Amino acid sequence: MNNLSADAAPLVELNDVARHFDVSPPWLNRVLERKPRALLKAVDGVSFTIAKGETLGLVGESGCGKSTVARLIVGLYRPTRGEILYAGRRIDANTANPAARRNMQMIFQDPYASLNPRWRVVDIVAEPLRAGRGDERGPAIEARVGSLLEQVGLARADGRKFPHQFSGGQRQRISIARALAGNPAFLVCDEPTSALDVSVQAQVLNLMRRLQRELDLTYLFISHNLAVVHHIANRVGVMYLGRIVEIASAKELFSRPRHPYTRMLLDAVPDLELSGRPRTPVAGEVPNPLDPPPGCAFNPRCPHANERCRTEKPALIDNVACHAVAEGRI
Amino acid sequence: MTAGALLAVEELRVEFPTRQGTLVAVDGVSLTIAPGEVLGVVGESGAGKSLTGAAVIGLIDPPGRIGAGEIRLDGRRIDNLPPEALRRIRGREIGAVFQDPLTSLNPLYTIGQQLVETITTHLDLTPAAARARALELLGEVGITAPQRRFNHYPHQFSGGMRQRVVIALALAAKPKLIIADEPTTALDVSIQAQIISLLKGLCRDHGTAVMLITHDMGVIAETADRVAVMYAGRIVEVGPVADVIHRPQHPYTRGLMGSIPTIAAEREALEQIDGTMPRLTAIPGGCAFHPRCPHAFDRCRRDRPELMAAGATRSACWLVLK
Repeated sequence: MNNLSADAAPLVELNDVARHFDVSPPWLNRVLERKPRALLKAVDGVSFTIAKGETLGLVGESGCGKSTVARLIVGLYRPTRGEILYAGRRIDANTANPAARRNMQMIFQDPYASLNPRWRVVDIVAEPLRAGRGDERGPAIEARVGSLLEQVGLARADGRKFPHQFSGGQRQRISIARALAGNPAFLVCDEPTSALDVSVQAQVLNLMRRLQRELDLTYLFISHNLAVVHHIANRVGVMYLGRIVEIASAKELFSRPRHPYTRMLLDAVPDLELSGRPRTPVAGEVPNPLDPPPGCAFNPRCPHANERCRTEKPALIDNVACHAVAEGRI
Repeated sequence: MTAGALLAVEELRVEFPTRQGTLVAVDGVSLTIAPGEVLGVVGESGAGKSLTGAAVIGLIDPPGRIGAGEIRLDGRRIDNLPPEALRRIRGREIGAVFQDPLTSLNPLYTIGQQLVETITTHLDLTPAAARARALELLGEVGITAPQRRFNHYPHQFSGGMRQRVVIALALAAKPKLIIADEPTTALDVSIQAQIISLLKGLCRDHGTAVMLITHDMGVIAETADRVAVMYAGRIVEVGPVADVIHRPQHPYTRGLMGSIPTIAAEREALEQIDGTMPRLTAIPGGCAFHPRCPHAFDRCRRDRPELMAAGATRSACWLVLK
């Protein structure tokens, strides 16, 4: 399952994917108030691969573009540039094949907003079945929904209920059951446990791990919580202002972080063990994405920044996008 | 134990009358905070931690009410004060920091106006002195160029900066106690770390006591001296932070600690507390945790345990006597 060798053909591949949003003020304001056009580069040149059966974690702070990446992959947005491949075939273009789309599903953060409150659970979970193939009808669908509900730790009888009769954790289980209904191979999970209490989060994370083992699933797991990503992911990508600054196996990233931003993030995680490990205090904030600093976007907060960092954007070399690392300065 | 305490809450009960009967959201909670101490109150959604904080500052929305118990600040009862007297205590003697800094600030006034208003309401200062104090506060909470930022509106600040302003507001009248309800929950990790160390440093310098309400055990570990763990409206365990984290006595605390993923530990599966916290309409008899507890025995189903000394902490669990 954890075959991370580079030669295995990736299931998902992103090549220099970008998504820009035009957030300019209306035309009249631009003319009268001489306001310029504004372009928000939510994702700006992201490349990575996900091997079959692995979990790629994507971490970063608000506005770093991690959710946009998720939406690009499942086709909720079209990329401005770059290509997205699933099992070797492009899925970003208008001609994207629906067969590949059916193999991927998404789990959203808010289990209160992502379930239709007027539908019974059985209909919610069955929707992908009815929409997808049409080869299963009536009792077959009921039976399939029942077994899906049992698979995620709910009772068959829960199908007759409405979403409001469930707690947050149970609703997230319903979302997972719905995502699994079409037998997908790849799940994009956008902060699936962020709205849950810790004890419920543990239940959902354990469930996701068990399902991955049983159904041979591949996950893209997006979270702002480094400890959660450390627990669930095989490989981790760290994003900052629309770009990947470091990507490595979970073990390596958490034991030997290389990019200064990754180090800062790890130092910011509260020390639950009360180990008193030495940490550098965190400083500064994420800059305005509409007006990112020139050069490396992290340079205003970076203790190792020099002239080159302030002028030249670092490329991802050997899985780290940092001049200081590339030059051997840190 | 109450002697010398800045805040003493005794047998507090917060209830909500409904058509189905009276729901008890906080049930028999007793706690004390010493001057300058940080008490963490941790629990999951619905545990009653925020209501306990709201009761102390007298901000329980009707129809909710304090059904029983006493709240003393510096030995003086404050739970039965008329609204006008409570209003004078709020801000002056007890400051508050809430989760969402945007809703804590008035969008129509500059942060300078809001700070000066708060300062002149509580302290007898001239406008010029209040302005000077406001600028000093902004500097203290780490806002760069306070002179310029003084005239900015809340929307011109980032989330982390807004929370710094809210902390400045809470500290404006030099209160003895701050109730901080999820002060970092809406913030990113790197900002959270800065706000935690700011809050900790300021309270140490001013000798301000803090009641830190959060669901995040990590924040508690970083900040608190003692911690009270709440479950279904009651405190199930209370003790020094290191003891509760390293040697939890109550099965709920143990489960809670085991369910938190950490970067230090490599685990195949997280410990799991099966089930969910009971709804207020159906709190089980005996120990409220017994249906989820792996160690429950007869007495747990029958009698409700009170806090008992267990190791370095106090735990409301019959296992202590076993």
